[in-house]
Amino acid sequence: MHPIVKLLVQRIALGLLLLLAVSAVIFLGVEALPGDTAQAILGQQATPEALANLREKLGLNEPALTRYFTWLGGVLTGDLGTALTNGADIATSIGQRLGNTLFLAGCAAAISVPLAILLGLVAARYAGRWPDKLISGITLTTISLPEFVAAYFVIYFLTQLIPIFQPVAMVFPGMGFWAKLHAVALPVIVLVLVVLAHMMRMTRAAILNVMQSAYVETAELKGLSPMTIIWRHAFPNAVAPVVSVVMLNLAYLVVGVVVVEVVFGYNALGQYLVDHVTKRDLPVVQAVGLIFAAVYIFLNMLADIIGILANPRLRHPK
Amino acid sequence: MRIPVSALIGLVLTGGFLFVAIFAKWLAPYPIDLAVGGVWEGPSAQYWLGTDTIGRDILSRLIYGAQVTIFVALASSVLAFSLGAFLGFFAAVQGGWIDQTLSRGVDLMMAIPSLIVALVLLSVLPLNLTVLILVIGVLDSTRVFRLSRAVAADIAVMDYVEAAKLRGERGNWVIFREILPNAMSPLVAEFGLRFIFAVLFISTLSFLGLGVQPPLADWGGMVKENKDGLIYGKSAALLPSAAIAALAISVNLVADWILTRTSSLKGGRGG
Repeated sequence: MHPIVKLLVQRIALGLLLLLAVSAVIFLGVEALPGDTAQAILGQQATPEALANLREKLGLNEPALTRYFTWLGGVLTGDLGTALTNGADIATSIGQRLGNTLFLAGCAAAISVPLAILLGLVAARYAGRWPDKLISGITLTTISLPEFVAAYFVIYFLTQLIPIFQPVAMVFPGMGFWAKLHAVALPVIVLVLVVLAHMMRMTRAAILNVMQSAYVETAELKGLSPMTIIWRHAFPNAVAPVVSVVMLNLAYLVVGVVVVEVVFGYNALGQYLVDHVTKRDLPVVQAVGLIFAAVYIFLNMLADIIGILANPRLRHPK
Repeated sequence: MRIPVSALIGLVLTGGFLFVAIFAKWLAPYPIDLAVGGVWEGPSAQYWLGTDTIGRDILSRLIYGAQVTIFVALASSVLAFSLGAFLGFFAAVQGGWIDQTLSRGVDLMMAIPSLIVALVLLSVLPLNLTVLILVIGVLDSTRVFRLSRAVAADIAVMDYVEAAKLRGERGNWVIFREILPNAMSPLVAEFGLRFIFAVLFISTLSFLGLGVQPPLADWGGMVKENKDGLIYGKSAALLPSAAIAALAISVNLVADWILTRTSSLKGGRGG
């Protein structure tokens, strides 16, 4: 087998193994917590009958491992069970919301990725001079802000200045693409601000790293212009680290989305998760948590795979 | 020793926040949970920063909020540090299957975003300060573990550690008397970063309604209470937001300075 295929197969197998382990943590980890799950959900005032009922409903009388495998089998066949609070089918509730979350994250990614690479290139080109210092200063500030703080500053100032922005992002089925885009404008701006900083700083570092190599010096001595050197010589060699940076930050976006959805009342997966944590609806929380974890693991795996494919040294191992 | 301006600003601000947090009881002009004025009043001589969504003095709540936010963040970063550093050193010294088990466990925990793990845990755990500190501290200890294991693995191969082992010193001696003093400087800078992480984490949880519960107030919770006013141009929610940002940035400035200082002293081991 070609060594690179072997590496890829290994990485994918590792990803799947990790996902399995994560599902066990999400399901069995909650079991391992001290105290009675049924009691925690119903609170201290619960009557013994209500507790017994809930235990029956959750299947708590069976051993944890049996329930884990039943749950896992259900997840693999697309059956996520029913919500405790309203008895709705979880898979159906997730379907529409997952689409909304991916739409929001997708818009943010489509804007932030090219912008981060462009700013990273500019900062690397003028390293140590004012454009670099300005960009670095601003991004250092936005890194220190939690998503919801950034969101409220954006809401307060943008809705006052430009009335076309809406502080609440409402989307519903049957809405046109442009109407949807208009609705998510503010949350997308917030997400871009939050992710851009990390992505741009790591892009800058990756390019500066390549800029120190001998072939870049040769290009400089040939008299090429700085932008040509970066574009023709440094960037192609920095693509692998930059792509993996981008992927890692998209994984970060998955978490940022949870808070931003709550801020804007955006009807999607993150909001659904937080709602049901408040209602202590364990089956929903476990199912949605697993989905978020799976997306996160998948993006991390993709980052590694692109890294393997883009690195010529890994393609020809000794 | 010359301290750069940015670090000086950071030190003064961080010190200021700590002072306010410690002496909150004497500094706050009004009680934490008493409606003293009208809803969302603007700043006045009586209420310096105005009043909040049910007419409580915002300045007083910010001051008490500093106490809660800083206490929870400090307690959980101390927990994260003791746990992560001890296990990290232990793994590096012992090596073998102990190291493998601990490292793979940490890999597993870091494979899920912290916020998601916290949300899953908080859906069954009771919401009180102890639980919050434990959850944030344990989740954050994974990062400390990785750093201290890496630092200790560098130190564990040094001759003096070898000498101590050959002398027949036990594991605890090697960890606390040989490795810890030499690993201190990178860990101190890391403590600042972990503290910021804890501040942002507890604020986010409180903002989502899953952190500090009333009648206690923390900054994240205050943003949540006052957020609806923003649409009507009431800026009350921006004050606790700015407080969170200011605390995070000033600690960041100090940590940055310690990091560059120690790495130049130690010949680059600071990273």
